[in-house]
Amino acid sequence: MANNQSNSPLTVSSTPPPPRKTFLQKQRAFWASKQNRKRAIAGYSFIAPAYLLFVVFLFIPVIWAFYLSFTSYTIFTPGEFIGVDNYTRLVNDGAFRNALWNTTYYALMVIPLNISISLCLAVLVNRKIKGMNFFRASYYVPVVTSIIAASMIWMWLYDSNNGLINYALIQLGFNPQSWLNDPNLALPALALMRVWKGVGWNMVIFLAGLQSIPKTLYEAASIEGAGRWKSFWKITWPLLAPTTFFVFVMATISTFQTFGEIYAMTSGGPVGSTTTLVYLIFVYGFERYEMGYASAIAFVLFFIIFALTLINMFFTQKKVNYDL
Amino acid sequence: MNKKKKNLKQFSRTTGLYLLMAAIAVIMLWPFIWMMVTSFKPNTEMFSYPPTIIPNELTFDHYVQAWRAAPWERFFLNTTFVAVVITFSSLLLSALTGYAFARLEFPGRNFLFILLLASMMIPFEVMLIPLYLIIVNFPFAGGNDLWGGGTGLLNTYSALIVPRLLFPFGVFLMRQFFLTLPKSLEDAARIDGCSEFGIFWRVMFPLIKPASATLVVFVFSMIWDDFFWPLIVINDQSMMPVQLGLQSFQTSQYTTDWGPLMAATVWVTIPIIIVFIFAQKYFMNINVQSDK
Repeated sequence: MANNQSNSPLTVSSTPPPPRKTFLQKQRAFWASKQNRKRAIAGYSFIAPAYLLFVVFLFIPVIWAFYLSFTSYTIFTPGEFIGVDNYTRLVNDGAFRNALWNTTYYALMVIPLNISISLCLAVLVNRKIKGMNFFRASYYVPVVTSIIAASMIWMWLYDSNNGLINYALIQLGFNPQSWLNDPNLALPALALMRVWKGVGWNMVIFLAGLQSIPKTLYEAASIEGAGRWKSFWKITWPLLAPTTFFVFVMATISTFQTFGEIYAMTSGGPVGSTTTLVYLIFVYGFERYEMGYASAIAFVLFFIIFALTLINMFFTQKKVNYDL
Repeated sequence: MNKKKKNLKQFSRTTGLYLLMAAIAVIMLWPFIWMMVTSFKPNTEMFSYPPTIIPNELTFDHYVQAWRAAPWERFFLNTTFVAVVITFSSLLLSALTGYAFARLEFPGRNFLFILLLASMMIPFEVMLIPLYLIIVNFPFAGGNDLWGGGTGLLNTYSALIVPRLLFPFGVFLMRQFFLTLPKSLEDAARIDGCSEFGIFWRVMFPLIKPASATLVVFVFSMIWDDFFWPLIVINDQSMMPVQLGLQSFQTSQYTTDWGPLMAATVWVTIPIIIVFIFAQKYFMNINVQSDK
């Protein structure tokens, strides 16, 4: 605090403020010092290899993709600049609208389930008892499993004739379903698998959030007679809000980018019911080789993700603070 | 009496908690258990009704059959080579770059760092097509002249490795860790006449071992599990990494032949689960670190 005061504009200082330096003057002053020069040269040479790679494999591709989205480029023809035609074509493209809807529907199934289950798991494993590491690890194992391996296993579980899930349904008195071959069930089936695969990741983030909440708050609440349920809604939930937003955005981004299981398990079918935006990018870009058009879809995906990230940043600015 | 009652209540609560957590663990692990069970079941038992949870008879037939059906040793070699090179290079380059951003001052530093942060928001799918075009048209590779014409780097290790020698988040992670080190360390080394690279290499880099371990584990498992990029640039079977190999193994011959398919899935899955068991805390670190 004391330091802050001496710098505050209210304190009277005997020396007049130094005149503002121009950019050039600052540069000259910086480079005049031998030590500065030495460190700056070290700095540039340390980042040079990385930035060479970033320029070629990150910055140029992004700019190039943006340019491609305004061309009729295919792998066979150089294509030409066609303005916003790709974007106007998107508006009337049934396949695109279908993919946009599928992606949204899929996200609406995955995200609420994922967040609520992973929060429950985090609350459950947020205690110090024997063997807890085993339980945390076992909820996390699906995260480290590759999406292709997980797809193979779940295709077997979902198998219409001999799959375990249909067996369980029959035992419980329901009709067996043809899961991945049913246009109404294929996307929910993929969503269920994604929830299984994703809850461990968010559980760990929630766990870190929970552990940053001071214990004294719960002690105070319990002295005042608040039950567990009440202290969850009055303390945990509001203080966890930034974490929840973060989890929400990360989950949305990864859900919007789903590809591997769709490629492996359904190939976008049956009848397009599991074609998501990323799968459509793949189809247009690498099966029909309409790379200009595919780039336009990719940028729509980017704008959706970007908007969600901005919304997240806006909300996490307003942090709840219970100062003690 | 009262204390005893309280103890009993405490005991039943703990038991209930364990039962609940164990039940969830069974649900989460069940697909893996079922994969193992299926892979060891003889074909005669595969479709028996009701399905047997514990096979009456164990067989390695599926493993033998699956191993012979595709060049698995080649798949593993490809993935291991690619993953090791990328892990190594991304550790070194991320540390070097992250260190420069955290500890060295140079004009344009903030701009370059913000550029990198901004690029982290761009989904990989956006860059997919230009990256593919760069690989195909890579000058003087695979029959290309300066302007392309051949197949470029398609179906080579370079296609799998070069675009992914480092990742922006690695730089970010390393920078965050280097920021936490005290300044006195580097000052002391500077007074001793250590070069800037020497300060990084001999003094600072060894101090961020937890971050290095986290990055190594994360990058290695990411490359091991990766599917989308190899799918785009590799179609020659002998160059396939394991995930692509597994997928093509399934579509080529074993669409519904679950025994061999599960056997193959077992050996694709087990290595990463073993790494996970030994490096658990670093795996769980990474997503906490990303919350910054």
